[in-house]
Amino acid sequence: MIPEIGHFALILALFVAIVQASVPLIGASRGNTAWAGVARPAAVAQFVFVATAFGALMHSYIVSDFSVKNVADNSHTDKPLLYKIAGVWSNHEGSLILWITILAVFGLALALAGRNLPPALRARTLAVQAMISVGFLLFILLTSNPFARLDPAPLNGRGMNPLLQDPGLAFHPPMLYLGYVGFSMAFSFAIAALIEGRVDAAWARWVRPWTLAAWIFLTLGIALGSWWAYYTLGWGGWWYWDPVENASFIPWLAGTALLHSAIVVEKRDSLKAWTILLAIVAFSLSLVGTFLVRSGVLTSVHAFASDPTRGVFVLALLAVTIGGSLILFAMRAPALQAGGVFAPVSREGGLLVNNLFLSAAAATVLLGTLYPLFADALDLGKVSVGAPFFNATFVPMMAPLIVVMGVGPLLSWKRGDLSGALQRLIAAMVATAAAIATVWLVSGRSVGSLEAAFGLGLAIWLLAATAVEYAERIRLFREPLAASLHRAATLPRSAHGMSLAHAGLAVAIAGIAGATAWDQESVNSLRPGAVTTLAGYDIVFQGVEPVRGPNYTSVRANIAVSRQGHAVADLHPERRQYANPPMPTTTAAIYSNGVSDLYVAIGDTDGGGATVVRVYFKPMVPLLWYGAALLSLGGLVSLSDRRHRVGAPTGKRRPASQTGA
Amino acid sequence: MNRAVFLIPLVVFFTLAAFFAERLVALRHGDAPNLLPSMLINKPVPAFALSPMPGHGGSLSSADIKGQVTLVNFFGSWCVACAAEHPFLVGIKKSGIVPIFGVDWRDDPVKGAEWLSRHGDPYTKIGLDPDSKVAIDFGVTGAPETFVIDAAGVIRYKQTGPITAEVWESTLLPLIKELRK
Repeated sequence: MIPEIGHFALILALFVAIVQASVPLIGASRGNTAWAGVARPAAVAQFVFVATAFGALMHSYIVSDFSVKNVADNSHTDKPLLYKIAGVWSNHEGSLILWITILAVFGLALALAGRNLPPALRARTLAVQAMISVGFLLFILLTSNPFARLDPAPLNGRGMNPLLQDPGLAFHPPMLYLGYVGFSMAFSFAIAALIEGRVDAAWARWVRPWTLAAWIFLTLGIALGSWWAYYTLGWGGWWYWDPVENASFIPWLAGTALLHSAIVVEKRDSLKAWTILLAIVAFSLSLVGTFLVRSGVLTSVHAFASDPTRGVFVLALLAVTIGGSLILFAMRAPALQAGGVFAPVSREGGLLVNNLFLSAAAATVLLGTLYPLFADALDLGKVSVGAPFFNATFVPMMAPLIVVMGVGPLLSWKRGDLSGALQRLIAAMVATAAAIATVWLVSGRSVGSLEAAFGLGLAIWLLAATAVEYAERIRLFREPLAASLHRAATLPRSAHGMSLAHAGLAVAIAGIAGATAWDQESVNSLRPGAVTTLAGYDIVFQGVEPVRGPNYTSVRANIAVSRQGHAVADLHPERRQYANPPMPTTTAAIYSNGVSDLYVAIGDTDGGGATVVRVYFKPMVPLLWYGAALLSLGGLVSLSDRRHRVGAPTGKRRPASQTGA
Repeated sequence: MNRAVFLIPLVVFFTLAAFFAERLVALRHGDAPNLLPSMLINKPVPAFALSPMPGHGGSLSSADIKGQVTLVNFFGSWCVACAAEHPFLVGIKKSGIVPIFGVDWRDDPVKGAEWLSRHGDPYTKIGLDPDSKVAIDFGVTGAPETFVIDAAGVIRYKQTGPITAEVWESTLLPLIKELRK
């Protein structure tokens, strides 16, 4: 009964979405406020229906209703509750329900929040959101119904891939989707602005918090995925340049560019058409990613159940959504050309450079990801593009971007003073040069250490330049400390946010450089009591014991780690054998001292009682997670900026009576 | 600015979409990413002799894979998809349904051995093929690839990409049972 309610709610949601996609649009263009006003209650109704469907599916998972085919295929009674819930989005149909639910949540948020949004703009934006809903609801109802029944119902389900039964991965898809779908808000705002034919500072200010929210979620989602890969795949890698990873990284790059170009629209009334295009592209790339992952046109280690029939539907959806929006863009964007003069040396000039590099990087990663597909189509042979391509193209593109990132924030709007900015950065340059020289000399003067030296040099540069910029803002050491602290307290939160996020990127770069250059590993077959050493740690293998988990059996090792005679940690890596489906997994044990990780995993135990013990020393990997956390925190702080909360725009759309408030 | 500039994104997108459409049609006709029809299907296994992997038994030669239905799996420690496939191979080994011979392809033997101790060794015998000598004879285009070879030593099927539960149950296992008859 409950699955049928869910199915029925989806159908109702589709009809509401059709109304929401059409009536407000007509109302807004004819100045009929009643018709335009339909958008808000429709968005609320849509949320209610979609949430009902989501709740119904989740209920089926929680009570293990195996008469629902989707539950039977992906769940099992012996799974812990967390993974029964996460099972909802561990598969194609369920993840689409999550997708559409998040879309409805964003629609609801826009309907309820932003009271000072002009009614016509809100009506149009919600209508565009509803058009996306119509597409996805049709997709679900016509090709991917999660409520399909199974008769007779099996006694138990087939279970979920044990690799996915992990807290990191339980939350990874919702975060990613919040990011992907969040970009639909920027997209809908962009399309609404194109329909209205008006893009101004106020528009940029309205679209920015949504973009920022999406970007924060996407950052967290990517970081969670990377963290999961690091500690579950058992050899300590954290990024593979796999198509599925790239599918989330490309929109992230485009979204980062969008965040920065929207600032130029807001402050300088320039780069309008470009910003609109980025808003369309960021969401389009999220959709293309969905297509690539699910249609089976690319091979990936993270194979989603792929199905060319669904691929045809998604492609049609892409053609309508992206094609339609780009046609509108080609028609309307030329009229948006306006705004101030653009000096190359200025804050906006720096942001433009940022945009050029980020877009080029996104295009490069997209090209690398799609190259096997092009080669297939053009009969150039079967190729695979791996890490060497991305490292050789992406990294050189990021280096100049980081250099500019240090200078840009010190330039003023309109006309910057480059030599003045560089003078203020002398300390940062000295620190960078010292860091490069020290790292190179200390770490063996090889080619590898030169790479590490440059990587860390870039990180130090960005960190120092960000610190200099922040110190300049609060006039640290130029005024009494109390005055500086007062300045810091009154600084707009977006300024704090920028400094935090840029520092976060610096920290992450340091992590990447260090982890790439200095990891060490040792693999030994050890008998109980045997000792191995790595990177100054003494690792005593005390033996293995069998352990029973809720839905797996496991061999757990007891390993004592000490350093110079002092006990440091007891580690318990496991080798698990899941029951449903039967599949072995490894669970590494990690001792982190905050700067570097000691990573231990175990292999098979042979007949003589010796167990393969793999120990990795992973220096600076934790910096990756700190960096990602700082990036997200920076975004969050910036999101809490007064101008987003109050949303009081200055300029054209603001009624004169409020100017003094 | 020239209005035509604003058409560029549209043109780029529809070019991409055309490629996607072409691929979808090809998928429907049975093509798959990295799927190549092997010229060697229904031909005898090419003759070869490979040096052994230290610590993993003796050398592997074409003589080893005659007399019963076997799988020959090309892998490498550098290959991410192989790591994804590997637990399944270990499962096959445990079940004892069919012997698997491994060819450690384009790999450093030390890394290959480490990789096996890390992920488990599902292979009856392993040969080293660092210079693609045998891989070229087999027409291997990427790893992992797995060949199904009948008792007469004739190649009967080539699986490109990882063996998944679905591939195993729908294709490989029925084929192996068929070949045993």
